[in-house]
Amino acid sequence: MAASLALPSSVRPWSLSFRAFQCWLTVYRRIWRSSIWSSVLGPVCYLGALGFGLGTLVDKHSTASLGGVSYLAFVAPAILASGAMNTAMGEASYPVFGSLKWNRIYIGAQASPLRPADIFRGHLMFMVMRLAMNCAVVVLVMWAFGAIRSPWVVLAYPAAVLTGLAFAAPIAAWAVTVKVETSFTYIFRFVMMPLMLFSGTFFPLSQLPAGLRALAEAMPLWHGVALCRAFSLGTAAGDPAGMLGHAVYLAVLAAVGIWAGARTYRRRLYV
Amino acid sequence: MSQPPASLDQVLERPETEVLVRARGLTKTFGSFTAVDGIDFDLYRGEAFGFLGPNGAGKSSTMRMIGCVSPPTSGELSILGRDPVRDGSAIRARLGVVPQEDTLDVELTVRENLLVYGRYFGLPRRVIRERTAALLEFVQLADRAGDKVDPLSGGLKRRLTIARSLVNEPEILILDEPTTGLDPQARHVVWDRLFRLKQHGVTLILTTHYMDEAEQLCDRLVVMDHGRFAAAGSPRDLIARYCSPEVLELRFDPALHDVAADKLKDFSAERTEVLADRILLYVPDGDAALAAVRAGGLEPLTSLVRRGTLEDVFLRLTGRRLED
Repeated sequence: MAASLALPSSVRPWSLSFRAFQCWLTVYRRIWRSSIWSSVLGPVCYLGALGFGLGTLVDKHSTASLGGVSYLAFVAPAILASGAMNTAMGEASYPVFGSLKWNRIYIGAQASPLRPADIFRGHLMFMVMRLAMNCAVVVLVMWAFGAIRSPWVVLAYPAAVLTGLAFAAPIAAWAVTVKVETSFTYIFRFVMMPLMLFSGTFFPLSQLPAGLRALAEAMPLWHGVALCRAFSLGTAAGDPAGMLGHAVYLAVLAAVGIWAGARTYRRRLYV
Repeated sequence: MSQPPASLDQVLERPETEVLVRARGLTKTFGSFTAVDGIDFDLYRGEAFGFLGPNGAGKSSTMRMIGCVSPPTSGELSILGRDPVRDGSAIRARLGVVPQEDTLDVELTVRENLLVYGRYFGLPRRVIRERTAALLEFVQLADRAGDKVDPLSGGLKRRLTIARSLVNEPEILILDEPTTGLDPQARHVVWDRLFRLKQHGVTLILTTHYMDEAEQLCDRLVVMDHGRFAAAGSPRDLIARYCSPEVLELRFDPALHDVAADKLKDFSAERTEVLADRILLYVPDGDAALAAVRAGGLEPLTSLVRRGTLEDVFLRLTGRRLED
């Protein structure tokens, strides 16, 4: 039993993160079926109600302010981007908190060679996998509803995953510091919901007064929506600099979250 | 920094064996609260070393520092010859940890819990499978390998936690209150398994507030109180040093408790402890002392003559009971 173990001095940092990711895969294998159904149901309901229900009404009037496309084609990429935000919030809030307080996965992992930053990055890898899965489902549902206008949509998919990561990384970095779980309710209510409603998702930002519009354009979800919409409608090629701007904004937010998470996890776990 | 008691110096003078953990002036503070207050110790390969003390004595903080998940505030600490802050990951690869509260994933099966844990240590799946079979056999859980963890009893979960902590074949096993919350039978099974591990050469470091656990398992122990060592030695040494050979426990009618306590002050015991419900007389001969108490006109409701234990040592050293 007391056999000496080789020290993992040759281990690359990311391989430690990958070990933490594998733990999440094992856990996920137990629940993936039910999680798939709920990720299909969401976009089907949204596109059904908004695209067909509300859309029929909107399309009877002029759709010039939508860029001349049907309401379904207008709203679908926004559902993709905001769905990524919601997946990120779902995966980065309670699961992170619970890994400290409920099933204590982090505490167990902490006693292994994994460092707090590895535990964070491994969990984040899993969140990206969930984002990739859910966004793929939404793109398929969009296609089934005939809501896609351009083959550029293949870039809307990574754009949506990037949008999700831009939320998941900072939220996880913050969630690990949360002491009481009611904090998450406030974020859902006072951050996620306004972002979902006012980020050019259900109506173009041109409908908003100038001040509110500037505020909305500073928010991360608007950049995700704008990027996904431009690729789905095929208008991206007309504004490459704008597209790059959106992508850089989201990438910076993700990078800040990844940087901060390594620190907040360390402070929280290594006391 | 507290000076180690003279007795600790004797303990430290052991034949030349390999020191696995060395601490000098080890201190941990949280804000203005000092959890561990400048302790010195050496742990040797192959021994079972216990930290005995009440809740809040600083045992868990010490365990977390040894487990490389809590950087010391000051003082020296080396584990397996390395610095826990700089080489924490490499040190943890060679440690096994049984935390105070289980951190099993209750949604997973018994076997999956070992798989996940083995992967944390970067072990190949084939190796984990082989070790899982042997470890579940060792903790007598082989027939539950495919069961979910959730419905298992506290005792079985503890045994699974122990099996999981051994998946990397650790050189040092750290156990923080390994049997707290278990029923007596489950505790005995855990003790038996830990004893076997010790026989296999695994170094055990454990904390406990059960004196019988410390007596059963520990070659050496320190009595910890308010972040310091109140005494150190083998269980037998400590009892011999700090306790009389026998203890007479007397219980009186509550109405007479104070009166009896007063009278017994003049009784020629080595020491008298008046607890809320009992009076303890530390004497060389319990039966003779009981006869003398009765001859003095005091009639206890119940009386018990027993040998001195670590609980008495603790009471003597700190003036408090262990499980308070």
